[in-house]
Amino acid sequence: MTEGLSAWQLIASGDAALLAIVRLSLVVSLSAVTCAALVGLPLGASLALTRFPGRTALIVLLNGFMGLPPVVVGLAVFLLLSRSGPLGSFGILFTPPAMIIAQALLVLPIIAALARQTIEDLWREYRDELTAMDVGSVGRIATLLWDSRFSLLTALLAGFGRAIAEVGTVMIVGGNIDGFTRTMTTAIALETSKGDLPLALGLGYILIILILTINAAAWGLRVWSEQRVNG
Amino acid sequence: MRAPLSDLPLILDDVSFRAGGAVILDHVSLSIEPGYPTLLVGPNGAGKSSLLRICMGLARPTGGTVTWGGRPESRPLRRAFVFQRPVMLRRSAAANVAYGLRQAGYPRRLRGSRVQELLDRVGLLDYADRAARSLSGGEQQKLALARALARDPELLFLDEPTANLDPAATRSVEEIILGASHSGIKVVMASHDPGQIRRLAGEVLLLVRGSLCERGTAAEFFDSPSTSEAAAFVRGDFVL
Amino acid sequence: MLRRSFLFCLSGLLILAGAMSASMAEDRSINVASTTSTQDSGLFGHILPLFKQKTGIDVKVIAQGTGQALDTARRGDADVVFVHAKAQEEKFLEEGFGVKRFDVMYNDFVLVGPKSDPAGVAGSKDITSAFKAIRDKQAPFVSRGDKSGTNLAELKLWKEAGIDIDSAKGPWYRDVGQGMGAALNTAAAMNAYVLSDRGTWLSFKNRDDLEIAVEGDKRLFNQYGVMLVNPAKHPNVKVELGQAFVDWLISPEGQAAIAAYKIDGQQLFFPNAHDS
Repeated sequence: MTEGLSAWQLIASGDAALLAIVRLSLVVSLSAVTCAALVGLPLGASLALTRFPGRTALIVLLNGFMGLPPVVVGLAVFLLLSRSGPLGSFGILFTPPAMIIAQALLVLPIIAALARQTIEDLWREYRDELTAMDVGSVGRIATLLWDSRFSLLTALLAGFGRAIAEVGTVMIVGGNIDGFTRTMTTAIALETSKGDLPLALGLGYILIILILTINAAAWGLRVWSEQRVNG
Repeated sequence: MRAPLSDLPLILDDVSFRAGGAVILDHVSLSIEPGYPTLLVGPNGAGKSSLLRICMGLARPTGGTVTWGGRPESRPLRRAFVFQRPVMLRRSAAANVAYGLRQAGYPRRLRGSRVQELLDRVGLLDYADRAARSLSGGEQQKLALARALARDPELLFLDEPTANLDPAATRSVEEIILGASHSGIKVVMASHDPGQIRRLAGEVLLLVRGSLCERGTAAEFFDSPSTSEAAAFVRGDFVL
Repeated sequence: MLRRSFLFCLSGLLILAGAMSASMAEDRSINVASTTSTQDSGLFGHILPLFKQKTGIDVKVIAQGTGQALDTARRGDADVVFVHAKAQEEKFLEEGFGVKRFDVMYNDFVLVGPKSDPAGVAGSKDITSAFKAIRDKQAPFVSRGDKSGTNLAELKLWKEAGIDIDSAKGPWYRDVGQGMGAALNTAAAMNAYVLSDRGTWLSFKNRDDLEIAVEGDKRLFNQYGVMLVNPAKHPNVKVELGQAFVDWLISPEGQAAIAAYKIDGQQLFFPNAHDS
């Protein structure tokens, strides 16, 4: 990015580097949340519906992992994906796919734990009826997930918020490569360390506005959907 | 997929049920045969709900056996249950009925029109696209009936379906139930309202403190009860 | 069903990853592990476009501390390593991870400090006596503490001043464990002395009350070296493209590009690939 310009000037001029950074942040975090949801929602639902020895311990573990330090997740994924590591032959370290994987792992516990809680509460309500209608386990999971979709959307937003705001994971796993793996948060860290605090702060404002916009859009979606269902 | 096997006669042989240290059902034996509605009556706390749930297969007895059409295990493919406080899915009324059809394996192409039929039968056709949870108590009860009938049941269990309803709603629900019975469905219903029992019953079973103490046709029960409990019940006294 | 959706997702990710890495292998790019101070100086922004123009090769710089950069190269996650810690680079070579080491350029360190100059060292050309004065006056001093080239140079200077810093350090010595920019930020906020490379200092914008206190001492010179990572240890190293970069850096063209990089009219790096 050009030296000396404020973040707002860069937006106004449609600075290509800034747009690339914003786009990468969104692509990485949205993809991460999608992957985490594909695994985490059924996982949370299964956990809510089944009983097995050690279930309580697993739930406590999952809840605890909601607070996994991003930098630790980044380090763990780095060691896995490094050429010297077990998955090194894929050669994806320091690329966006590695960032997506790492953020998905970071966000998975949040989505699974919140889904479990939501589904468990709803199951208590639906249990008799679904059992009387002879609904099988797959059907139960699908029904509960669909009927709690608004609460689950909140869980997804929580996951997205965590992903787009973190810097530790993507910094280690992506390497903050100019024009390739630089996201908003790593760019802010870089500009701060270069002492260009106004630019860093400006980028920070842009990031916050982005997050608020996405949350507002999700809220609007929820209101519109509820209106459709409730006529 | 229709199961070719019938759940009737439904036979309880010396069934007991304990829960939380208390005896809820105490050596109950009975058999449910096709025909007029069977009304399960008794004071609150007598164990009617538990008995219905065991007949449905939602609970297992702690003693004794249950057989459906002679079989000790039977998936509820041809049974349906209407709870006292039914739970509607967070969807429209029509979607709730469609859900019942889908779970019962009703062919997809025909579901739409069948949903309309069922809603019409319970008088809720105008509410098809309303959110089910925004309906009144009586309307939800009727919707639950529609959803249960969607299963094309052979056996329909109802646990005090009109206990929380006003007289007008009670009358319409009773009409639907009678209609179902006339179309060949065996209705087994819990009630503690003598008027309702008179209106609906073919057969009456009196349950007091977990034991079956009287059994007979409606006429026998009301005109010549053989036990003191039954007599007290018919008089409207407390049955202790 | 759960396992199936998990496998589905995982395979989707791997396919995505594979596709991306395949497309990356086709495009001409190399990973260069370098240091944050080199990145922060802005040198790469200046010379890499010139290199790309000439060869069409994309250079992806992963900027870390020197220790971390060498570790990245040891793991085979970079094709070329470009740092400024000669002793560590030679160890790297001895261990067999590098092919050959070439001098590229040098810049110098400067001791930056508050205008109030509590240690009384401003204007001096003797770095070791300046360090002694700082220790004697217990003036606040920020150290990077991250095994970077700058950090190692700082530790070497304490030793040359005859000070065992591990036992001499007290509350006046602040070990921040971070990169150059962060250390400068901290020093500015604390009004402390800090050893910085000239490049980062010149592009640093948050100076507050800091200014150069000591410069020009020969012991403050900072030599940069470049090495191709040894393909014998890591077959995935892009030998041809990496060697092209190494060759260009030490070629007259590359050396001129380095010399041409200026901040506020001041040259930051002095090419010396062919000095003996």
